[in-house]
Amino acid sequence: MDVIFVFEQLLNGVGYGLMLFLLAAGLTLVFGIMDTLNLAHGSLYMVGAYLAARVHEASGSFLLAIVVAVAGTKILALLVEVLVMRRLYRRDHLSQVLATIGLIMIADDAVRAIWGPSPIMAPTPAWLSGPVTLLGSLPYPSYRLMLIVAGLLVALGLYLLVNHTRLGMIVRAGASNRRMAELMGVRVNRVFSFVFILGAGLAALAGALMGPISAVQIGMGDAILIPALVVIVIGGIGSVRGAFVAALLVGLIDTAGRAFLPPLLHVMLPPALAADLGSGLASIAMYILMATVLALKPSGLFPARG
Amino acid sequence: MFQLKKTTLCMALSLGILSASQAAEPIKVGVALDISGPFAAIGVETRDGIELAIEKLGGKLGGIDAEFLQTDFAGNPQQANQLANRFIQKDKIDFFTGPVASNAALAVGPALFAAKVPFLSSNPGPSQFAGKQCNPYFFGVYQNDTYDEAAGVLANEAGYKNAVIIAPNYPAGKDHLGGFKRTYKGEIKEEIYTKVGQIDYAAEIARIRSEKPDAVYLFLPGAMGINFVKQFVGAGLKDIPLVAPGFSADQDVIAAVGDAVENMQNTAHWAHDLDNAANKEFVQAFRDKYKRYPTVYAAQSYDVVMAMDAAVRDVKGNVQDREALVAALKNANFNSVRGEFKYGANNYPIQNYYVRKIGKNANGELTNILVKTILPNHQDAYVAECKM
Repeated sequence: MDVIFVFEQLLNGVGYGLMLFLLAAGLTLVFGIMDTLNLAHGSLYMVGAYLAARVHEASGSFLLAIVVAVAGTKILALLVEVLVMRRLYRRDHLSQVLATIGLIMIADDAVRAIWGPSPIMAPTPAWLSGPVTLLGSLPYPSYRLMLIVAGLLVALGLYLLVNHTRLGMIVRAGASNRRMAELMGVRVNRVFSFVFILGAGLAALAGALMGPISAVQIGMGDAILIPALVVIVIGGIGSVRGAFVAALLVGLIDTAGRAFLPPLLHVMLPPALAADLGSGLASIAMYILMATVLALKPSGLFPARG
Repeated sequence: MFQLKKTTLCMALSLGILSASQAAEPIKVGVALDISGPFAAIGVETRDGIELAIEKLGGKLGGIDAEFLQTDFAGNPQQANQLANRFIQKDKIDFFTGPVASNAALAVGPALFAAKVPFLSSNPGPSQFAGKQCNPYFFGVYQNDTYDEAAGVLANEAGYKNAVIIAPNYPAGKDHLGGFKRTYKGEIKEEIYTKVGQIDYAAEIARIRSEKPDAVYLFLPGAMGINFVKQFVGAGLKDIPLVAPGFSADQDVIAAVGDAVENMQNTAHWAHDLDNAANKEFVQAFRDKYKRYPTVYAAQSYDVVMAMDAAVRDVKGNVQDREALVAALKNANFNSVRGEFKYGANNYPIQNYYVRKIGKNANGELTNILVKTILPNHQDAYVAECKM
């Protein structure tokens, strides 16, 4: 196990973490500020991926595909917000869970009706399809480097928006004490719509960016929603900073578990046991992290609400 | 007796599933499909294959009117079991087929066997039904492990001295890698088990890169395989050959991955360019009707209906004589799209396995191209455990 291997896995972990962050950022804002559990966040991710894949194939432009995917998903999110979510804000979590699971089913069937049941092709842009050489001897996929850069840019943009604009101040106020913000004259409904659509845009961006390196298919959002939920629980619900730190932690620990645990156990244990234990431990590593954080800081690393 | 028949007729009429022209009792086939759920894409292939066969036979089996009761069970084994029971008790089916996954096949098997309904698998070939739990009413199209055994021989013949093998961490994943190890003679450099439904494979790919194997064998069904292959090629490891069972390299995967999957070698008991008359007719008809190449799933389900047709003809329509019916099924008196085959003692076929390689065909389309026969007349490893 040499330095380059460790560095490569570090990059992998950061990349996976940033990807989770794109999804978790929207989720944590919606959950934290609106106190609304939107399980259909993964469906917005799926819609973004499908739109991007189709537009990319038709137009040949990756950037246009991303723009259309984000804009299209935002329009869809606006409809969902007006027609469904507004009726749910004041309901209890069970109603929200039931209604948004219903949305997942509708979204899955709509995608099946429009694009068919088989996974569709999401092309990689030619200028990002090959590896680039890092540190002289490490060929690293250029697409993944782009993902890291994109993730960092989004994180920076969100940081500026949330911490250095008036809008961000209102969003933070809503997250930390909604009732007080209402009393101070903030039109919380408008903030809700804005946050929901912002979250949808981020989910669509994540979907559009993930399409070329994953299967664009029905239900793709459900598989990634689980680690995203783990991220927002670790980070503290409603906190973008928390989501960022937690996403990187989860990405690094998950990757480290898969990369280093099995070879390490091979040295110490008989091969059959090591194989079983290594892959088993690697797949629960992020849940162990979550349990540990919850035991020490029950409301997450950076709770938005004091 | 008359009374009973009248009520069934009334029930059937009220459900609107009996056409006016039918005089005798039609033959009923229960088809449990995965139209939604985790295997929806494969389920649609299964349905399309069955419908093509029905069309070819003019809605008859062995010249007798047939009803195909097609119902979606969403890939849920429990729901499959309920559906099978409904088929048996209410519809009194004469044949059963359809589910994509082994767990669904295992769930519906016992009820069907107890009711003496022949279950012609249109895909899964679980080891249980090939070995200790074998049953005269079950007919497989292949045994799960045989694809991997063929891949092991392929890796031997290609001269790969060592390999990294990778599968999801669940029982079927271990079975499939076990099948590969049964025939592969080279060194297994590393055996990697991943999470079920894993999205990101960067860590595993880095491990493969540092091992520098001669080849990688992957059993990663569905989306997992698509994710892995896309990321593997993106990481610049195109020089390490990928070997997979045919499921991970069929038309559905090719359509989703594109050029990245070119040169992937895979094993199957059928190929769309297999040279026999029945297959040529099937592939042409399928392409005319659906405007795409069929997958192995469509070929299998088409074959299953053809097998029913032949058996009904052989028993002269007397499907109630179940002993004679399963004997006729075992004879397999039809021209299979996979070419010649015969059933072994456990009702799993003894048949050829082929190597296919993904590449551009004469029309420039990316598709599987038949390379050679890798295992002639191969039988599964469980047949000795079957006491039937």
